Amino acid sequence: MIKKQFYIYKSFERFWHWMQAILIFFLAFTGFEIHGTYSFFGFRDAVRYHNIAAYMLIILIAFAIFWHLSTGEYKQYIPTLKNIKAQLNYYIFGIFRNAPHPTKKSVLSKLNPLQKITYFSLKVLVIPLSVTSGLLYIFYRYPSKHGVEAINIKTLEFIAIFHTVAAILLVVFIITHLYLITTGDTITSNLKAMLTGYEELEDENDKKINEPKLSTQNLD
Amino acid sequence: MKKVVLILAFIGLLIVLAVGTLSQKDYEPTTLIKLKEKFTRTEKPSVDHSKFAVLQQKFISPQQVTKACESCHNLTAHQVMNSNHWNWEREEYVEGRGVIYLGKRNAINNFCIGTKGNEESCAKCHIGYGMDSKGKIYTDSTNIDCLVCHDNTETYAKAPEKGGLPLMTLDFNKIAASVGKPKRSNCGVCHFFGGGGNNVKHGDLEMAMFEPSKDIDIHMSVDGVNLQCVDCHTTEQHNISGKVYSLSSMSHNRNNCEQCHTETPHDDDILNEHTLKVACQSCHIPTYAKANATKMYWDWSTAGKLNDGEPFIEEDSLGNHSYMSIKGSFVWKKNIKPDYIWFNGTASHYLEGDKIQDTTKPLVLNKLNGSYLDDESKIIPVKIHVAKQPFDPVNKLLIQPKLFADKKGEGAYWKDFNWLTASEAGMKELNLPFSGKVSFLKTEMYWPINHMVAAKENSVQCNECHTRNDSRLAGLNDFYLPGRDYSTVVDTGGKWLVILTIIGILIHAIIRFFSYRKLGKEVSK
Repeated sequence: MIKKQFYIYKSFERFWHWMQAILIFFLAFTGFEIHGTYSFFGFRDAVRYHNIAAYMLIILIAFAIFWHLSTGEYKQYIPTLKNIKAQLNYYIFGIFRNAPHPTKKSVLSKLNPLQKITYFSLKVLVIPLSVTSGLLYIFYRYPSKHGVEAINIKTLEFIAIFHTVAAILLVVFIITHLYLITTGDTITSNLKAMLTGYEELEDENDKKINEPKLSTQNLD
Repeated sequence: MKKVVLILAFIGLLIVLAVGTLSQKDYEPTTLIKLKEKFTRTEKPSVDHSKFAVLQQKFISPQQVTKACESCHNLTAHQVMNSNHWNWEREEYVEGRGVIYLGKRNAINNFCIGTKGNEESCAKCHIGYGMDSKGKIYTDSTNIDCLVCHDNTETYAKAPEKGGLPLMTLDFNKIAASVGKPKRSNCGVCHFFGGGGNNVKHGDLEMAMFEPSKDIDIHMSVDGVNLQCVDCHTTEQHNISGKVYSLSSMSHNRNNCEQCHTETPHDDDILNEHTLKVACQSCHIPTYAKANATKMYWDWSTAGKLNDGEPFIEEDSLGNHSYMSIKGSFVWKKNIKPDYIWFNGTASHYLEGDKIQDTTKPLVLNKLNGSYLDDESKIIPVKIHVAKQPFDPVNKLLIQPKLFADKKGEGAYWKDFNWLTASEAGMKELNLPFSGKVSFLKTEMYWPINHMVAAKENSVQCNECHTRNDSRLAGLNDFYLPGRDYSTVVDTGGKWLVILTIIGILIHAIIRFFSYRKLGKEVSK
């Protein structure tokens, strides 16, 4: 098994990831202040910063969607049930015995099946829930402000509760995510890859000769 | 290269966005500049009354002055005699009651209770002369008191307990020569002292408003724009705009801030959106009774204690009456945070003769209507005045006792200190039954707070309402308020989800740590 440096995270991808990380952290921090969990900036400034960061995140998401579609990278996130059990088994048992990762990371398949399903649901469920409820939160008064009674939204309650639910799910995701990045080949290898773009992976071509059975799993 | 351009373009966009939103626009809105220009211009009167021949005659009675006024202003009496200030009642339509006539003449309040039978004393604040319980004066235009509103010498004063007549020692010629637009002193002499003393009733209208500083009222401050009452309470043909909901129930002829400041006076869009549901006063009047205390509680049930057969008065630490034998005990407060309620401009009143449905709860004498879901409603600040006042537990009616009389033996409480005879005499005046039993009932009155507007720097801050602890709006629970409200299920569920995740991760990490160490040892062996 020969290991080689592969360029797996492109520069835009890394920029998108870290920008998104900063914005989501900042949105959560100001958001839970608005929610009343603690006070730090003061309510007024928290609202102001939260709204600015929200617009920045929306612009970033628009760029990211364009990038994923135009490069075809969105295919990485299409969920699969294959190997989910193996991946779960690895995190629950294998990891303690220093067993190898059940799925091999490659440039064409960067995500393991659990990651695929998690990121996919973030992208199609949690983030849209958060963005939609957030936009409604900002604009729900506009119809009645401009005299359009027909589509007037009477109460903020459901909007606010859905927004909170999305925020809590994101916080839980971030906590888990932060821990799971330490489960790479070494504790910091995943972090390094997301910072530099390069990660040391097994050479596909090399593997195909030595372990043909394993390698087919990753190419799906 | 393309990627670099893309990233630079994105960062550029973010910078433009951030600069655009973060940069402070510190110019003042143009409406404010226009208003300042408008109200700092000094208006010159178009006539000098002191030059008119008809005002040179020697006046010995106030009615002579009125006649002289009417010799030129010969259609004005009609306007005045149609006004609320003259009639002490107005035509109002009330849901469920139809058209009623409501005013000082017949409404019951929880201060001195009512005017019927007490006219001679109460008429000190009527714009007429010679009021009595028969109501004769209402048809005679020479009984109009022009001077109480139009005197500009600030020397005119009504005599106590004379049915509205002035002190006869006044120099009527000097006063008549001075007449002009009403000043704060003209309005304040009645409106600041309602209820029998300074700031008893309103809380936001009191003698500090004669010459207020900017700290008391930003609009009327003598070192500021120095607005007079009638600058906002614009008047057409003696019909003055604005009303007080102790006596009004319809949403018309109201005065509001928007008539000068527009509905979107802020630079900040989020603040402007608040005006859909929050009245300006809610944020811009953080406290009332700023200079002198106002009466918050009046307990009639303790009245009547005598010292050696004589009535007496006790004072609290601020020098306000805390007990009077003729009125009972009081609680006064200063610098008060208002209560907040939804209000759509309509009110329903307890009227003379209404049966009290539930005597176990405090009776609201002027219920201000409104709710979150009502599009006409906004949150307004109010003073809630609580009282314990006499009621008939058998007939379930509020009692309007006879309070004032010249001498003992006529049943007046302030002379005889007997609730039974005072109630009997008072209810007889109203043509209402009295069972012979007097009990005391807790009542509430709601006084909207509209004056004592603070400078914008001192307005209520976001986190005084948008907070879980001690929110100013803690009492309004029919809507979701960010920062104050949350779903207990979501918050508790979320908290446990986070805690369990962290615990799970810790356990996982610990097992990982020890199993790696074990594996490491095995390898090294």
